[in-house]
Amino acid sequence: MEFVFFLAAAVKAGTCLLYATLGEIISEKVGHLNLGVEGMMQMGAVIGFIAGFTFGNPYTAVVCAALAGAAGALIYGFLTISLKANQVVTGLTLSIFGVGFAAFFGKNFVGKKVPDAITTFFAPVKLPILGDIPYLGQIFFNQSGYVYFSYFLVIAIYIYLYKTKWGLNTRMVGENPVAADASGIPVDKYKYFNIALCGALCGLGGAFLSLVYISIYPVNVVSGRGWIAVALVIFAMWNPGKAMLGAYFFGALDIASFWLQQYNLPVSIYLFTALPYLATVFVLIFTSMRKSSNKKEPAWLGKNYFKEDR
Amino acid sequence: MLHIVKKEVPKTREKIIVRLSAVLAALAVASIIVLVAGANPLELYIGIVQGCFGSLYRFAATVEKMVPLLVLSLGVLVAFKMRFWNIGAEGQFLMGAVGTTLVVRLLPDLPLPVMLVLMIIVSFLFGAVWLMIPAFFKARFGTNETLFTLMLNYIALTLVTALQYDFWKDPAANGMPKIANLPENALLPSAGGFNLSILMAVIIVLAMYYFMNRSKIGFEIAVLGESENTARYIGINVTKTIIIAALVSGGLCGMVGMMQTTGVSGALSTEITGGLGFTAIIVAWLSGLKVPFVVVNSFAFAVLLQGASYIQTAFQIPGSVAEMIQAIILFFILGSEFVLQYRLVSDKTKSEVA
Repeated sequence: MEFVFFLAAAVKAGTCLLYATLGEIISEKVGHLNLGVEGMMQMGAVIGFIAGFTFGNPYTAVVCAALAGAAGALIYGFLTISLKANQVVTGLTLSIFGVGFAAFFGKNFVGKKVPDAITTFFAPVKLPILGDIPYLGQIFFNQSGYVYFSYFLVIAIYIYLYKTKWGLNTRMVGENPVAADASGIPVDKYKYFNIALCGALCGLGGAFLSLVYISIYPVNVVSGRGWIAVALVIFAMWNPGKAMLGAYFFGALDIASFWLQQYNLPVSIYLFTALPYLATVFVLIFTSMRKSSNKKEPAWLGKNYFKEDR
Repeated sequence: MLHIVKKEVPKTREKIIVRLSAVLAALAVASIIVLVAGANPLELYIGIVQGCFGSLYRFAATVEKMVPLLVLSLGVLVAFKMRFWNIGAEGQFLMGAVGTTLVVRLLPDLPLPVMLVLMIIVSFLFGAVWLMIPAFFKARFGTNETLFTLMLNYIALTLVTALQYDFWKDPAANGMPKIANLPENALLPSAGGFNLSILMAVIIVLAMYYFMNRSKIGFEIAVLGESENTARYIGINVTKTIIIAALVSGGLCGMVGMMQTTGVSGALSTEITGGLGFTAIIVAWLSGLKVPFVVVNSFAFAVLLQGASYIQTAFQIPGSVAEMIQAIILFFILGSEFVLQYRLVSDKTKSEVA
């Protein structure tokens, strides 16, 4: 039974990663490697908390967090789409900006408690029927509404990317913007939309941490989880379904070191925190070794599209 | 309708004017944040300058911040020149510091000169190996090095955390998780706040200028960066070139680990990099991957860093403000590149030309 609790905790720990990973998948599908995930999560976390603390309304808090993340993403978007700036450098800068932004605006809120109205709103709810399934019910269906919404998003984003015309166009822009442009797809509009969506999801992931995962606002609530999300995108091979599994796996690793303390293992528990990154490295190596035609990485990932006059 | 057209290579004067205006525009925007923080922006900016040049001691602190950034940026530059996106400078820096500490732990009684030379070599090798791993997989299988090197940063950080909290924890530190300070015979000699790493940095700058602009391998790296096909066509051994560039790039970043441990922090810790490995990527990129501009830009960033730590104490402004100002300046400079490389043409003028 204890292990079931551990898995339920892993799902909770993985949820912030799941939001951010889904966002980064969308951004990378449209061809933009945004290394600003950490920054956008930080912006979402701090604005979400401030809005929640000030207004006490969970909806306002969550919407503000999503908008903050999207605003960060739009800075990145404007620089990389319209001004053709290097994606890696711009993304890193966005991360520096977001970390500074959260530290600055959050400093007066450190040590403050999440309002009760919000804590109650996001308290775990056991779903009827599903919640009674042995083991699985306890792990997946006795969670916060914030977690349930991420289940919905996984399905919604899968449908968006693979079953709708917009998703098809989005993927085409990421694979070959020249061809997409030639076939009349407004490349820049698709890029802006999807990058903003990525930011909103990263903002939601950050706010999950500051509104649901913790009860007292700490100095640095995201503390590097954004980089794990970047890793997860590769681990999940740009697939929303696999992102879900990967997020819970990485969530489990995230809490494993804490959980393993009680067993007096002969290895340093600090080494366990390296596992998500090691796992990602192995995925990177194996996917590149396979050299198969169904490489999942979007072909134009990281390259900007410049429409030359012809 | 407006169209974007690629421009001919801009003149140096134009570059300087555009970048300076970008910095000024950024400072104007940053002023809003400073006002929110409850300070007078103009006073604050003057404070930054005073914090860097106000006294010999402060100037020494500025140079101390410039040295690691400069060497890291040069390291990153070598890889970038080849279009090999080494964003793992943080990790190579940490591994170099681990190597340095390892030397002292294994051979604690060496005389200072021998100790320093050995630490330089070992830290170089540790950093180099940390980048050779992704370089090998890149050369052999085309593995994405951007994400690989990014992951290695965190693996190195975890390793240092484990060393600090478990394996190398100082038993004399009353339970504090820290690694013991280096002994006297392992510290870089210094005089008046300036330590020997400045001399090392000068030598590295000259060597790198020669390496990138005059040597055969530097030329091969540049060709490979332009086009792998061209490189193969003119008979460059691609795998060998990638490996050598990775060796130099990772090695330089690793050496910074030695310079910081022995010259500034006195001990290995998880905080030792201070994010400089990421800042170095930005410096190298903004410098157009040219050695002389790297020197200028790392000085400019050192001024920001030192100014930031000064205004924290002098104005009680949180350090996060400086972080944001730095990021805003970067956003503006990144955006200003557009003005240098492209121009907008309206349909009307285009048809006139045609």
